[in-house]
Amino acid sequence: MSEVERPLSPHLQIYRPQLTSLLSIMHRATGVVLTLGALLWAWWLVGAAYGPEAFATVQAFLGSWFGRLLLLGFTFSLFYHLCNGVRHMLWDIGWGFDLPVLYRSGWIMLFCSIALTLLAFIAGYAMRGGS
Amino acid sequence: MSTRTPLSIAQALGSARHGGDHWWVQRLTAVALVPLTFWLAAATVSLVDADHATFTAWISTPGRAVLVLLFIFATFYHLKLGLQVVIEDYVRPRWITVTALIVNVFFCFLVGTACAFAVLKLAIGA
Repeated sequence: MSEVERPLSPHLQIYRPQLTSLLSIMHRATGVVLTLGALLWAWWLVGAAYGPEAFATVQAFLGSWFGRLLLLGFTFSLFYHLCNGVRHMLWDIGWGFDLPVLYRSGWIMLFCSIALTLLAFIAGYAMRGGS
Repeated sequence: MSTRTPLSIAQALGSARHGGDHWWVQRLTAVALVPLTFWLAAATVSLVDADHATFTAWISTPGRAVLVLLFIFATFYHLKLGLQVVIEDYVRPRWITVTALIVNVFFCFLVGTACAFAVLKLAIGA
């Protein structure tokens, strides 16, 4: 099959990143990261299906410092992808294409995803009694 | 009338006319996942310290089991569509693109089915 050499766009060596483009590529990046998050989530469910010992192993791993670090990354990726996904839906219905609005919705989305991540972790630590 | 030859269309040099469907189902699954994710995230936080019995009891009610199954279906459908676009955009040469696209579908079916089976086993077998 013939492979046509087409020019690449954007030309990353001379392209100046802005908030809009960084948030856009972050949507993809968090989407790919969430594939790994889905695998971890699947391990949790399948572990439970295998029985108490397997589930305890998964819970112990998730409770370790490395497990918590992974969960922090996946939780932020999840809320980022969700909030920016809502931003995408608003664009789909034709809202928010003016440049000032685009920047404002970007900052709001970023704030919401960080706030939701913190909220989830604070609630999680409260559930464990602070440990 | 198109000036394109049937051969040029068959060699994947143009639209396969499936783009609209891909776009639409990606949005549909996204819309479904917004409330499902908020619900499941809250539930997961409440289960951070759960042992096996607590977790099984939680997932065994029909309502929760069905919602988790819906979450699994929407997630892995959405994941398949999203990864597909990433692969099509970045993975070269062509034979690796096609291989990755096939692996993507198998991966999503495998992990999605495993998750769904786990939910069913816990909910029904408990």
